[in-house]
Amino acid sequence: MFRRLDPKPAGAVTLTIDGRVVAAAPGDSVMGAMLLADTPAAGRSPADGSPRAPYCGMGVCFECLVTIDGGPRRQACLTPVRDGMVVTTGIADD
Amino acid sequence: MRRSEFDIAVVGGGIVGAAIAFGAAGPGRRIVMLDEGDVALRASRGNFALVWVHGKGLGRPDYARWSARAVRRWRSFADDLAAETGTDVGLEQRGGLLLFLDGEGLTTQAAACRRIADDLGADAFPVEVLDHAATARLLPAIGPEVVGATFCPLDGHVNVLRLFGALHEGCRRRGVDYRPGAKVAAISREPGGGYRLDTAAGTVAAARVVLAAGLGNGRLAPMLGLSAPVLPERGQILVTERTGRLLDYPTGTVRQTDEGSVMIGASKERVGFDTGTETEVLAELAASAVRMFPALASLAVVRSWGALRVMTPDGLPIYAVDPSGTAFLATCHSGITLASVHAGEIAAAVAGGTLPDVFAQFSPERFADVQAA
Ligand SMILES: Cc1cc2nc3c(=O)[nH]c(=O)nc-3n(C[C@H](O)[C@H](O)[C@H](O)COP(=O)(O)OP(=O)(O)OC[C@H]3O[C@@H](n4cnc5c(N)ncnc54)[C@H](O)[C@@H]3O)c2cc1C
Ligand code: FES
Repeated sequence: MFRRLDPKPAGAVTLTIDGRVVAAAPGDSVMGAMLLADTPAAGRSPADGSPRAPYCGMGVCFECLVTIDGGPRRQACLTPVRDGMVVTTGIADD
Repeated sequence: MRRSEFDIAVVGGGIVGAAIAFGAAGPGRRIVMLDEGDVALRASRGNFALVWVHGKGLGRPDYARWSARAVRRWRSFADDLAAETGTDVGLEQRGGLLLFLDGEGLTTQAAACRRIADDLGADAFPVEVLDHAATARLLPAIGPEVVGATFCPLDGHVNVLRLFGALHEGCRRRGVDYRPGAKVAAISREPGGGYRLDTAAGTVAAARVVLAAGLGNGRLAPMLGLSAPVLPERGQILVTERTGRLLDYPTGTVRQTDEGSVMIGASKERVGFDTGTETEVLAELAASAVRMFPALASLAVVRSWGALRVMTPDGLPIYAVDPSGTAFLATCHSGITLASVHAGEIAAAVAGGTLPDVFAQFSPERFADVQAA
């Protein structure tokens, strides 16, 4: 669904999203990596259980909260990817 | 310049103006609602969203009665809005608590509630005094420092942004002509009757005028021979990330919204027209909220803001009508609570019906001494 505009990004990093190994480029946000990997869902609303996904992409809506390297409720849109990063979404816990 | 004819011009599109316009609108009645643009001082979008009577009206039973009436009307008001606009404003009204971290505070509040009940006589509404254990039965998340609470079963809260949206949608469906970007600069009486309003988007003529411009009323009221000594009072509010159901009832300072966020509020500061936030004030609000509900300590704060209350010298509403019965003023703190009666009695009066007692009880004449001094 999403595709990278720059066909030759400088460098490559590898992270896992819910156990899946995913390639990304330095400078990508975790949100970008999630969207490129076709796994946009970040978790479920604690209020009504509906699935949520990044919405604003700029730190305002808090719809993109995921666990990053064990740290709960991190904003995927504001966190740059790092080699070896482990991302878990709330969706996979279901 | 555009010139148009209306039966009623409502100045201000906040909760107060929108509630009155919504209630006054109907077939054959031409109503225009003149508002500023997106950037405006607008208490209606920065408030704490309580529908609340508990503790109000000490020494002023008429205000306690008016608030109780508003709160009792709220369910059917919310149902009407939902039926007409399809928007559920999220009214939860199973009661509300004022929590205390010190025994003296609780004793004082309990005594105040008793005095209000005595003043109201047969009209008294129930308020219970709860100890720690009884409070914990309603709100199991309280911390050990909470000594107790007062509880009033009439109180509740709403989703105020949906209320704002529903009122505007309701106005639209009832044919109200909403004009944003139409700040009113001047209002004058026409020689043959009616009013001329000069706005940033042209001139409007209307047979009746309703001033519901919040803090803007101070400047506009004298143009109609009325007075509205309103002053800004800032309230800062914190909002946490969403979390599972933690609080089944709202309290005066901490409540969980229907979408899962916890709102913590609100400071009371006289800082002029400054809508900013200050870390020390927010930290104090957060610290006291965590003493009330220790589980809040692990939640991230996602937003904070400052908003200006439309405050009158005694905190009570101001309703006024000029001698000709064609120029009205309605302004208040607690405009969320009072929205049901603004859409009811006040709107009916504006549309030409009978004036409810509140026009005498809450006339700005009570501030005559203040103004003379
Ligand atoms: C921090 C805080 C917490 C609160 N908590 C609660 C609560 O829990 N429960 C409760 O019941 N109430 C609460 N309130 C109070 C409530 O929000 C207000 O009473 C209510 O919003 C007032 O609505 P309003 O329409 O009079 O004013 P506003 O919302 O300020 O709207 C005034 C409108 O008039 C417009 N205007 C101004 N001048 C002009 C002009 N010259 N021409 C055209 N338009 C003009 C403005 O653009 C604005 O749209 C709170 C308020 C604050 C600030
Ligand atoms: S996508 Fe809105 S905060 Fe991350």
